[in-house]
Amino acid sequence: LAYTIMPTINVYRDLLFEALGKVYTDEEFDELCFEFGIELDEVTSEKQMLVREQGEGKAKDASDSIIYKVEVPANRYDLLCMEGLARGLMVFLGRMDAPRYRVVKSVGSLQRMIVKPETSLVRPFGIGAVLRNIAFTQESYNSFIELQDKLHQTIGRRRTIVSMGTHDLDTIEGPFTYEALPPEEIKFRPLNQTKEYTAVEMMELYSKDSHLRHYLSIIQDKPVYPVIYDRNRVVLSMPPIINGDHTRVSIKTKNVFIEITSTDLNKAKIVLDTLVAMFSQYCSDPFSVECTEIEWPDGSVELYPKLGYREETVSVDLINRKVGISESAESIASLLTRMCLKSEVVERGGEG
Amino acid sequence: MSAAEALCELILAELEKEKRIDSYDFSVKIGKDHQSIVGAIKSIRSLGDVITTEQRQFESWVLTQEGKEMVEKGSHEARMFASVSSQEGSLQADLMKSVPNAKIGFSKAMSAGWIRLDKTAQGGPRVFRKVESIQDHVQEKLCRVMECSSVDCLTEDQLKEFKKRKLLTNVVTKCFVVTCGPSFSTQLVKQETELTPEMIQSGSWKTKQFKAYNFDSLGTPVTAGHLHPLMKVRAEIRQIFLEMGFTEMPTNNFIESSFWNFDALFQPQQHPARDSHDTFFLKDPATSNQFPEEYLQKVKTVHEDGGDTGSVGYRYDWKREEAEKNILRTHTTAISARMLYQLGQKEFTPVKYFSIDRVFRNETLDATHLAEFHQIEGVVADYDLTLGNLMGMLYQFFSKMGITRLRFKPAYNPYTEPSMEVFSYHEGLKKWVEIGNSGVFRPEMLLPMGLPEGVAVIAWGLSLERPTMIKYGIDNIRELVGHKVNLQMVHANPLCRLDS
Repeated sequence: LAYTIMPTINVYRDLLFEALGKVYTDEEFDELCFEFGIELDEVTSEKQMLVREQGEGKAKDASDSIIYKVEVPANRYDLLCMEGLARGLMVFLGRMDAPRYRVVKSVGSLQRMIVKPETSLVRPFGIGAVLRNIAFTQESYNSFIELQDKLHQTIGRRRTIVSMGTHDLDTIEGPFTYEALPPEEIKFRPLNQTKEYTAVEMMELYSKDSHLRHYLSIIQDKPVYPVIYDRNRVVLSMPPIINGDHTRVSIKTKNVFIEITSTDLNKAKIVLDTLVAMFSQYCSDPFSVECTEIEWPDGSVELYPKLGYREETVSVDLINRKVGISESAESIASLLTRMCLKSEVVERGGEG
Repeated sequence: MSAAEALCELILAELEKEKRIDSYDFSVKIGKDHQSIVGAIKSIRSLGDVITTEQRQFESWVLTQEGKEMVEKGSHEARMFASVSSQEGSLQADLMKSVPNAKIGFSKAMSAGWIRLDKTAQGGPRVFRKVESIQDHVQEKLCRVMECSSVDCLTEDQLKEFKKRKLLTNVVTKCFVVTCGPSFSTQLVKQETELTPEMIQSGSWKTKQFKAYNFDSLGTPVTAGHLHPLMKVRAEIRQIFLEMGFTEMPTNNFIESSFWNFDALFQPQQHPARDSHDTFFLKDPATSNQFPEEYLQKVKTVHEDGGDTGSVGYRYDWKREEAEKNILRTHTTAISARMLYQLGQKEFTPVKYFSIDRVFRNETLDATHLAEFHQIEGVVADYDLTLGNLMGMLYQFFSKMGITRLRFKPAYNPYTEPSMEVFSYHEGLKKWVEIGNSGVFRPEMLLPMGLPEGVAVIAWGLSLERPTMIKYGIDNIRELVGHKVNLQMVHANPLCRLDS
């Protein structure tokens, strides 16, 4: 018990206050963070950060909008974006009920992704979900990209364990296949490029990219590289390196297909659940997520995301004894509900 | 007699005649260096009440080297003017190369209106004289200052300008005003420092003057070892724990297996803290393989699905090879785990343990973080301990260091739930600062160890470096720990007393 490293997120203060429906002074917000269990690390702006890192010259056109750097606990993947942070605080403050996330099974447009056996040689697990009728703004779009990066860096362990790709569903056609092929056989136009490259060429191309070169070694020496195709052999992505340019998501995108690939199924589930829970708020049916069928190599079919809720019954007496307080059952239920653990009093008398 | 003694006698003779001497004026009068006069006065003073002295100081303006040069050769701008050919002018490039202090001279001469520059001239920019002749005011003024040794002849603006151009500096001279003392004599009487048998025999001791004993002098410092400030603070904290009835844990192993450092503490195997970015892994010996096997199986089960603790576990495949990896321990909580396991193997008795020892983290180094530091840890195990008990312990512990205002913040540690960060109010910074971390160990950790179900274990920790740096006013941790430490700091720093 010395100290633990905590992840930090940058949120635009004014956007956050808009989501919270209230304006705070820095001191008031700092106090709120303390009570909630997070930390307001720094108050800065894009301009100030650039001045510090790259000098006055580079910062000339940068934004002055205030940014809050907030430190969040390592186990709270939901607090890695402004949406999750605002939601957590709103429920904590009693200003909103925690949303109930729902998985809906579409009739007529249910997507399927088939996982081929060769993927077990490099990155065995592939799951997915659809965000239907989503409306992005520039801010929510940026936040969507940011969260993916944060998840990559934390639970994804720098993409080695989990990585994700998001795609404009209207540009592709299922069923999708998650395959693993020799690098020479993979050829597509990667994001932001003007021509097609083979996977071998991409390894060379991205070896000079300051951002992507760190991930190449995850698959570089493998006999086969992971790749996801749609029914017309359009490449969605080559995980964990890069998406195809064809399916790029923009502010105008209405339907998003999310694919998660990983070496650990449990972590893939957590990442998928987190991403859809956070951004389903912008769907026309808020907090609803359309599921995808995943066909595993052994032929079994599962629906994702799980968005499973778990019910536990706890003794009020036990809680009081462990903490050293004496709160009523109702009080404890309400306090837990404020922390997004929706609780109700069940039995009376004795244990409850 | 020596030159110094001769000087002393000269001063005494002068003093007898004039009754009062100003050391500076005297040095000017006899043409001797003022500092040696001062030295002589001081040594006369040490002989007793021969003279009385009073200090005075005065300021004077003195020409700098550059100023003196100008008196001799003229100001930079005048020399620039002189170098410009009166007929056809001169190429600016040539002037800049040949005339000393050309840049200043040029700009001053331009602003004085003495010269002009034709940029369009053939062959390159050309400088021409604008006036027939000039008067070098600067040189004149400096000359005057040197002659009368005062700046009265300058206006305030001129004085300011000359100061800015570094032609004059202000010098403070400290000198003495000397008058006759009660035991005045023109003879230098040397004081005796020893009473010899000869003096007693001859009786000369009756007339000799003896130097007074100096009871204020310190003895020769004894060469001894010095405790590093961290060790001093460590001793104080140890004392606090012992006073509170705690027993020290044996922490004499820097190397630990991942099993005891992480797995036994219910820290999952793919946790960020366990990879090479945060932890130092050993090359040789790379692994350990001696573990209590039955316990290891329980740890495996609890990680995978919670075993019979009532937990769901972490839902992953626990690998023995990961647990076998040797590391430099990242916290002394590994030792606490060992101790609690031992406790679980026999009939339970409540215990209070502590440790203060070194831990290692592979982290980015900066002004307040190093790769190794000392962790202070306290652990209490008993039936029905609550979070409230933990808060009470923390108040007790920190109050012994004079810290009484505490606040607790909800936090997260992989092996404690609930967890709290401890903050105290810093009067100087006028804000709450973090002073430690604490929590209640999870049942997933304690139950496999064989500890009875009603037993709760509370624990807290902090670094030793932080309070030491605050106590000794050190800002940069590298001044405290590591190869850049100034050993003089270790020699000179005071005793540590934590005010309670």
